[in-house]
Amino acid sequence: MELGLGAYLLFASVLFGIGATGFLVRRNALIQLMSIELMLNSVNVVLVAANRFHPDNHAGQIFAFFVIAIAAAEAAVGLAILIALYRLNKTVETDKASLLKH
Amino acid sequence: MTDAKFILFVFTTILALAGALGTIASGRPLRAAMSLLVTIISLAGLYLTLHAELLAAIQVLVYAGAIVVLFVFVIMLLGPSATTESSPGTLMVRMLSLVGMGMFTSTIAFSFVGVASEWIVLPETFGTVEGVGLELYTKALVPFEIVSFTLTTAVVGAVAIARTKTARELAAAKERSASEAAAVAQPAE
Repeated sequence: MELGLGAYLLFASVLFGIGATGFLVRRNALIQLMSIELMLNSVNVVLVAANRFHPDNHAGQIFAFFVIAIAAAEAAVGLAILIALYRLNKTVETDKASLLKH
Repeated sequence: MTDAKFILFVFTTILALAGALGTIASGRPLRAAMSLLVTIISLAGLYLTLHAELLAAIQVLVYAGAIVVLFVFVIMLLGPSATTESSPGTLMVRMLSLVGMGMFTSTIAFSFVGVASEWIVLPETFGTVEGVGLELYTKALVPFEIVSFTLTTAVVGAVAIARTKTARELAAAKERSASEAAAVAQPAE
């Protein structure tokens, strides 16, 4: 059986869909941050697979490298905001984060 | 694509999708973090089928070694309150977003079915430390430096957001509120 680029793109789109669904359906800020990581990872799969399809340079892999670095920064800041929010509300439920609502 | 690669592809994709579903479906955040770990390690295996050896190593080091551990630290810090109960009245919205995302994803996913491609024979240094490093430090040097500044800024920002007040600041705030209370009480007498 031959696997082409399409198999990787199919897998990445399903992974992105799972991550986006988790972000929209769950109301726990921790799990929403993990869903963001899933979406970023699926984008990395697309970048690396496309780079394998055009292997004359490493642009896709270097993009994926930068995405990983930005994801690390995002996780650090996101979790810091989550802890600050927990100090205010004593919960990590995003429905309860309504300080800026009115 | 050889048989070994095909087996590795099937194995890692099934494991990654199972881990992703476990991440979004599990009620306890620690189980979600462990499922995320399964997904991330599987994706490192998937990168090996694409000849991205350096990126597979970075994936394990940075994602599994740093980001998941950071999540686990925060879950341990929050303790039992890391688990939340879903608030009533949001069921309709959540079902709607589930159905909407399912339709959106299946539309995109089915458009990729049957995309055929011939894999080109690779250059010798593709995906190795030598090949990626050479391009990273020549063509992508400025973005690389910007990313290092971004990471430093993110670390400083995370510390500034998440830290508590020091004992001295707490004492100063208490003194200020006490003197304000005294100033309010004074004219009343």
